[in-house]
Amino acid sequence: MYKNQMMEKFIHGLFLVLGLIAVGCVLLITVYLVISGIPAIKEIGLIDFLFGKEWAPTTSDPAYGILPFILTSIYGTAGAVVLGVPIGFMTAVFLSKLAPPKVKAVMESAVSLLAGIPSVVYGLVGMLVLVPAIRQIFNVPDGASLLASIIVLAIMILPSIIKMSITALDAVPKEYEDASLALGATPIETFFKVSVPAAKSGIAAAVVLGVGRAIGEAMAVMMVAGNVPNMPNSLFQSVRFLTTAVSTEMSYSSGLQRQALFSIALVLFLFIMMINVTLNFFLKRERT
Amino acid sequence: MKKLFAIILVSTLAFAALTGCGGSTETVSTDGSTSMELVIGSLGEAFQNDTGISFTYNPTGSGTGIQAVLEGRCDIGLSSRDLKDSEKAAGLTSTVLAYDGIAIILNPNNPISDLSLETIAKIYKGEITNWSQIGGQDLEIVLIGREASSGTREGFESVTGTKDACQYRQELTSTGDVITTVSQNPAAIGYASVASIKATVKVVSVNGVLPSEETIKAGTYSVQRPFVLVTKADTALTESAQKFFDFITSSAARDIISASGVVPAN
Repeated sequence: MYKNQMMEKFIHGLFLVLGLIAVGCVLLITVYLVISGIPAIKEIGLIDFLFGKEWAPTTSDPAYGILPFILTSIYGTAGAVVLGVPIGFMTAVFLSKLAPPKVKAVMESAVSLLAGIPSVVYGLVGMLVLVPAIRQIFNVPDGASLLASIIVLAIMILPSIIKMSITALDAVPKEYEDASLALGATPIETFFKVSVPAAKSGIAAAVVLGVGRAIGEAMAVMMVAGNVPNMPNSLFQSVRFLTTAVSTEMSYSSGLQRQALFSIALVLFLFIMMINVTLNFFLKRERT
Repeated sequence: MKKLFAIILVSTLAFAALTGCGGSTETVSTDGSTSMELVIGSLGEAFQNDTGISFTYNPTGSGTGIQAVLEGRCDIGLSSRDLKDSEKAAGLTSTVLAYDGIAIILNPNNPISDLSLETIAKIYKGEITNWSQIGGQDLEIVLIGREASSGTREGFESVTGTKDACQYRQELTSTGDVITTVSQNPAAIGYASVASIKATVKVVSVNGVLPSEETIKAGTYSVQRPFVLVTKADTALTESAQKFFDFITSSAARDIISASGVVPAN
């Protein structure tokens, strides 16, 4: 009997330790990012760092302004949401409410497959198909641009938006829709005026999740964005995102440049934290 | 529980004791050019496996590496440029280990097949912006380059004298990406290490000379830089450092050097 209790306690402790590994990782990363990100910001100056328009860390007169990266990340993400959300949302409404079961099964597995494609494949296809296509369609010298990144990101966030919206729409009690239909509303009216409003916080959470995925993506955009630290003044400009700014230069960097890359990562981390807080807000509201 | 703890403790101690006396006291230290990381790294690894003498490499940059030799902080300095006269006067001597050739590449559909060094510099500085200005098609030139801390970019910009002045349209993070992008865009120009060139792009001759092992070694192909070993002229190397020096300048090291994408000098 005594031995059994010991075993219980031991297993209990083991599971606690395993659980703490995840928490520990988050803490470790946060602390590490803050510690390694602060020195460069101090040296460069917060205002110069966040609002400087020029990034040229290896020139004889180095400049460490990351405003181009911040704006590019915001524009790129916003663009992806503008393109991706309507498509994803409509697809979700169709799959949840209108699609015949067979079509639904096929389309849902296609969407899952889309979610499982590694980002480097999106990047490769973007580089070989999308970039030359943009160059020819819009008659610009080179297709690697903000627009190419927006399109790639929009496709990449589709699965998260679709899946989360479907879950939210499926959770709407059938009685709501039955009542609406019984009162004489057409099915389409019912879906858009009853089901969607009832699921709206779930759908909002889906959008936020999409934003989070888009802002954190590095590999695919690195292959189609062109990576020149320009201010994003036009859709056809070669731009660099916060994520790609870190990954482009990390391998060879040293000194203040390397520290500044950690500071960029810290800024990105703060953005993603904000997005997570927003996501939690929507999810909590849905539960209550 | 106690037994397990004892086993762990004993094995940790044993491991610590082994690592404590297992390592050789002989070392060769090198310091300098980050561009030479690949070649010196693979040479050092082969040397360490053969002789058991441990090898260190500190990627600090050519200037720092030369300074380190001068101050006796390392055995061999690594520089991706020739020594300046002032550095030679300070008692340093240089031995060329290899040559790093950089090919200028165009899309195969581009009719241009020869560019002069000055024209390349003008193109990259944005003074020539259309291929028609130098006898090509009427297309805006698309400049493809590498990211700011790349060794190839540093080499290209220092040879062409375009340091910090290049108006890139795309900055890519690997030689492969540069080649793919240039092969996709008829108006693109890029640069890449000679060893990694593929048939999907066209290599232009510079001042009439195409890059090849011979032209790079002879110095007639101009977009290249030497990888130099820097030592003190009047002080002999330590025994292990001399062994390393002899090994990497011998013909036995040729294959390793070629495999890292540069042309061996010896």
